[in-house]
Amino acid sequence: MSTANASRSNVARYVASRLGQAVVVLWAAYTVSFIVLYALPSDPVALKTGGDASDVTPEQLAALKATYGLDRPLVVQYALRLGGVLAGDFGASIDTGRPVSQVIGEAIPPTLQLAGLGLLIAVLTGASLAVIAMFVRSRALSAFLLGLPPLGVAIPAFWFGLILIQLFSFQLPLFPAMGDRGFASLVLPSIALALPTGAMIAQLLSKSLTAALREPYVDTARAKGAGRARIHLRHALRNAALPALTVTGLVVGQLLSGTVVTETVFSRPGIGRVTATAVQQQDIPVVQGVVLFAALVFVVVNLAVDLIYPLLDARIALTSAPRLRRRSTSASRTASPVRTEAPAPVIDAVLEEAR
Amino acid sequence: MSDTIALLPDGAQPSADGFGGTAANRFDDAVAERASHGGHAASGPRGRSWFARRPAAAASLLWLVAVIVAALAPALLAPGDPLAGVPAEHLQAPSAAHWFGTDQIGRDLYTRVVHGTSLTISAASLAVAVGVIAGSAIGLLSGFAGGRIDAVLMRAADVLLAIPGLLLSLAVITALGFGTVNVAIAVGIASVASVSRIMRAEVIKVRSSAYIEAARASGNSGARVLLRHVLPNSTGPVIALGVLELGGAILAVSALSFLGYGAPAPAPEWGALVSGGRDFLRNAWWLTTFPGLVIALTVLAANRLARGLDTERTVGS
Repeated sequence: MSTANASRSNVARYVASRLGQAVVVLWAAYTVSFIVLYALPSDPVALKTGGDASDVTPEQLAALKATYGLDRPLVVQYALRLGGVLAGDFGASIDTGRPVSQVIGEAIPPTLQLAGLGLLIAVLTGASLAVIAMFVRSRALSAFLLGLPPLGVAIPAFWFGLILIQLFSFQLPLFPAMGDRGFASLVLPSIALALPTGAMIAQLLSKSLTAALREPYVDTARAKGAGRARIHLRHALRNAALPALTVTGLVVGQLLSGTVVTETVFSRPGIGRVTATAVQQQDIPVVQGVVLFAALVFVVVNLAVDLIYPLLDARIALTSAPRLRRRSTSASRTASPVRTEAPAPVIDAVLEEAR
Repeated sequence: MSDTIALLPDGAQPSADGFGGTAANRFDDAVAERASHGGHAASGPRGRSWFARRPAAAASLLWLVAVIVAALAPALLAPGDPLAGVPAEHLQAPSAAHWFGTDQIGRDLYTRVVHGTSLTISAASLAVAVGVIAGSAIGLLSGFAGGRIDAVLMRAADVLLAIPGLLLSLAVITALGFGTVNVAIAVGIASVASVSRIMRAEVIKVRSSAYIEAARASGNSGARVLLRHVLPNSTGPVIALGVLELGGAILAVSALSFLGYGAPAPAPEWGALVSGGRDFLRNAWWLTTFPGLVIALTVLAANRLARGLDTERTVGS
């Protein structure tokens, strides 16, 4: 009874501390984007008026600046805008005058479709490539498969998208080259978007699979007569996939920023197009809105992973406390090694590689 | 050129020597190395693996030498004028006269790609310099000072890592305006956080070693220890990272120039060349294909070479 209470309060404390961290990261992301966008010398108002001062009087310029609050001291602007963000007001687009939250909100559904299918393709191809490369007995085939992810990392995503259009819209008219008309128009963009992400997942997973296959529990499983497929899929993959879960936030961020190029190449509406246009127009409130949106997505995904992870991996102890009540039975069934530390170094390395 | 290539086996020697030692040790080291440095997951037998991969490394080096020549002296590889077109020869397919074909106003695409090299490569190099210098300075301070300074700096780095690199670059470009230099600075700033984390990790490793303790004990000031002892001994991984970042920087710079934030129109930046061919996808495939292929090969070669330079820290490649 008392242990159950204790573990419940531990879970509560764990969740609370993660939530607190998430809020701090969001606030800091706001601060960073404010410093970059407002404190660096730039003049969006002059840009809006065409940079041509002849037909705009200084009074009109000043009035415009006052409209967007750009005439106040930086500290005041910072506080005012932060207050607005807390109240759900992200300001208005300098270009169109529409609220930033509305501009971004409208762009979310098409981007969600694109990024969702892209994520699916990236995970499926990346994971199967890594598993097959480790599983095949032919060294040449394995080396060939392992040579593909570095290639996928080196190919410019925008160029890959254009090549796809050339091959599968013009040479073979299978899919539309542009626009947002049903599932067919989603296929090529999501493949183009998935390329760098899939390559990253394949690299990460083949690395952690290599490490997992050298663990003693694989020998144990083999000694007990487990087949090759069972060892690879039931034992190694299950243990190797866990660290891959922690880069979910990175993967989602990569997909989100990839939409800037992909949606431009395929002329699709969405967050990426909004971003590209906003940068083109130096529309600072919209750009800041997108940066905050990306940080929010990253934080939420990481929060979800942090909360799910201990349920999946009983080795992760919650901050110097007794383990979560639900002891994973699958871990003991797959004879996983008893370790207390999270397999962080692999993730760090991949994080750094991916940036 | 042959001298440069001849250097390669020497440069890669530590990897071959690294295969000594007991098999068990080697395996443990290999796993540890891969785990901590994200080394390339090699397969195949050792020994054979390195020799089997050597042609790829040599080809990468050869390609990069050509790229550097194109950047420094483009007229050597393409004597023509990248901006002058012959309207009568517009949109010609690749041929002996025009290796990469011609564009809509009859400019030779090969000449434009060669002359665009210096813009793209210098922008990428500037980006790496910005990222490595700023990141190293922050990492050095963070790792050496420790305590509160360390905590604040590393939290700041965490926040930067929460914003996708491309979006951070775009924010910087929004503030600074367009142009090749601004694009380079923006790409560099996006990599500061990850460089500083690696530098910090290295400094912390070096800081705890005996010779630093000795330097301290013999009465050197903190600044002297930092600059004369810690810094030179922690730069190795950062330099390897710098070369590795070059490939990523070329990709990022090209993507931003493709989106139209780089040098204005007639300049033959690689990304802008791909973008310029977009309107002719249907009838002039070469306009997008060749510049993109050059970008991909250069990034591939730079990444391959970075792995080669990293052999001391990476086992098996």
